[in-house]
Amino acid sequence: MDQILINTLNGVSSGLLLFMLSSGLTLIFSMMGVLNFAHASFYMIGAYVAYTLTGIFGFWPALVLAPLAVGGLGALFERTALRRAHKFGHVPELLITFGLSYVVLEVVQLIWGRTPLQFEPPALLQGPAFTIVQSPTAGLSMVLGAAGDVLCQAAQCSRFPMTRAFMMGVALLMLVALWLLLTRTRIGLVIQASLTHPEAVESLGHNVPQVFMLVFGSGCALAGLAGVIGGITFITEPAMASVVGSIIFVVVVVGGMGSLAGAFAASILIGLLQTLPLTVDASLADAINRLGAGVGPATPGWPILRITLAQAAPILPYLLLVLMLIFRPKGLLGRREG
Amino acid sequence: MTPPTSPSEALPTLSFRPKPLGGPWVVWGGFALLLAAAPLLWTSSFAQTMLSQIGIAIIACLAYNMLLGQGGMLSFGHAVYSGLGSFLAMHTLNLVSTGKLALPVGLIPLVGGLSGLFFAAVLGWVTTKKSGTTFAMITLGIGELVWSMSLMIPEFFGGEGGISGNRVVGKPVLGISFGPQIQVYYLIAVYCFVCTALMYAMTRTPLGRMLNAVRDNPERVEFIGYDTQKIRYLTFVISGFFAGIAGGLGALNFEIVTAEVVGAARSGAYLLFVFLGGATFFFGPIIGAVLMVIGLVLLSELTKAWLLYLGLVFLLMVMYAPGGIASLVMMNLRLSAFGKLRRVLPAYLVLGVAGLLALTGAAAMIEMLYHLQLNAALGPKMAFLGVTLDAQAAASWVGAVALLALGAALFEWRRRSFSREWGTIAEEIEHEIKRREAL
Repeated sequence: MDQILINTLNGVSSGLLLFMLSSGLTLIFSMMGVLNFAHASFYMIGAYVAYTLTGIFGFWPALVLAPLAVGGLGALFERTALRRAHKFGHVPELLITFGLSYVVLEVVQLIWGRTPLQFEPPALLQGPAFTIVQSPTAGLSMVLGAAGDVLCQAAQCSRFPMTRAFMMGVALLMLVALWLLLTRTRIGLVIQASLTHPEAVESLGHNVPQVFMLVFGSGCALAGLAGVIGGITFITEPAMASVVGSIIFVVVVVGGMGSLAGAFAASILIGLLQTLPLTVDASLADAINRLGAGVGPATPGWPILRITLAQAAPILPYLLLVLMLIFRPKGLLGRREG
Repeated sequence: MTPPTSPSEALPTLSFRPKPLGGPWVVWGGFALLLAAAPLLWTSSFAQTMLSQIGIAIIACLAYNMLLGQGGMLSFGHAVYSGLGSFLAMHTLNLVSTGKLALPVGLIPLVGGLSGLFFAAVLGWVTTKKSGTTFAMITLGIGELVWSMSLMIPEFFGGEGGISGNRVVGKPVLGISFGPQIQVYYLIAVYCFVCTALMYAMTRTPLGRMLNAVRDNPERVEFIGYDTQKIRYLTFVISGFFAGIAGGLGALNFEIVTAEVVGAARSGAYLLFVFLGGATFFFGPIIGAVLMVIGLVLLSELTKAWLLYLGLVFLLMVMYAPGGIASLVMMNLRLSAFGKLRRVLPAYLVLGVAGLLALTGAAAMIEMLYHLQLNAALGPKMAFLGVTLDAQAAASWVGAVALLALGAALFEWRRRSFSREWGTIAEEIEHEIKRREAL
């Protein structure tokens, strides 16, 4: 029970991190029709820049400055390169961000090296946020922070790390801020209008290319923020971009292209889908055997039947993608069919 | 000097189709002669391995370009089909060598092709439901799916070590045992020629023409009553077949297949090099394939930073010449056909020298950085283009920056007048075309 609760929380927090990435990707896509292939690269830059800035200013200023720097880089890329490819159509746009992901990976390795960095969370975020204690005598209880050794010797303790709690907090804060920005402010209304009617917005005197640059920069800044938090929670290494890179595309397709709410739902779903099966050590063969049939190494197809759910966890998001495309091609909450 | 843009989502095309010198027979005969004579010109065993890989890469890149160039479908996962073709070809080869199956070794690439076709038919049914950006993302997802599977099922994919085999099976037939590399090269050359011809023929069929129409304006195609999804699907399956043949040839050539043949890096390489070669012309991917093998085999030995150079060249290419090298070649052929090439040659010379200067400066800096990063233990001295540089001395950095600045300034200065000149020439050619049409 306690383990399930912790796993669910882990899944939700991973899902929220995915949402921080996919929200930027979705915003950029629905606004400019550009699928930013290098989005995960900006996530990685966020982690690395924050690592360097932490060495200079400390973690908390870096948490603010790194996303700003990443946003600036994103805006610069939009202004100098992407805008030029824009007139050639969508395929060159996608290609240019694809090329950027190669360059970013190499430049990051050039500056920070190829080995993982020691990016430690600050003292405040180290250790568990709370501990769930399942004692055989007193039942289930929760202790804020770390539970005492004496308590844990007598009972089963499951800890939820502080960095994960922080991840959830920041993501939820960002979700609310984004929603308020898009629905309650003037610039948000301009952005929403430019999504559907760029010509009309332009003729009202707004600078739509500049709005595009702003949106692209903000999307990259969100990715950078996710990168800072991902960097302290997971490992800061050159492979971190490719780890989340293809998953966020799955999120965007499953959620429905261009739908923010869909991206949110799909992020949580995939976050859970990546985490929960990790603890299930049962395979298809076990399930069939439980139903009464005798399946063993001699059965044809045994190599596939014997794979446990925990082993299959990495492919589940992609299977979900395929199933979604077969049964609901527009995605969870997508409107457009295309 | 940007080529004309098309309103569709496809890559911009250049509408210049010169008559090939002496007709198609000369072009195809020349291609066959080149394939046959290449190992006689470059006789070292290293050259033979390179040529074999180039032959395989040509098939794979042309198959990929069926999607990207002919159909406007940007795939991030085409290595799945060549890779699975490789694996099934290798399993078949092992069956043949254990005597469980009687099949000439020369036909094993076809097994690869058929398995590529099968997997493209199964997975392509999902993939081609969408077009454009969504298609690209789904291919990426399917690529990741197969890659993750390859780690989960070591029985089929051989795990970390991959699976290996021996292409020399039974007694030699007519003296051909496929033991020496040269015999494998000629097998690859034959497949390469036949596949290239078939893929070219495919562009001339009604299906090939409809595919171009689907790329340029899918809405209109649907109005006429064609099913765009079906056209995309058929193309995808055929492209999977040719990719599978390339994979099967690869299995025979290397005698080992590891999981990386289905990986994202391989798919990315197809995309990068097909685009660099030029997706809008049929022969562009052939240039791309040659570059791919040179890059993967030679350049990666020469410098650790080659992926950075590749990425930068790719970015510049997308921004300034989205038609790839093939379109640059064709633009200049067009100039020469109208007798205007001589006017731009001095500019080319200056631009080339300036570009080379800037490139040398930039490359020196990148190489010094890499040297400091990776080979710090060897001391600060390093060899660069025959000169010994001290990566920690201020002088070498100042020199490199100066070289870069000088080259860039010269390039920019000449580029401005060149771009005006180019505009005038383009106008003159347009006039000339109109004048000839009026005659």
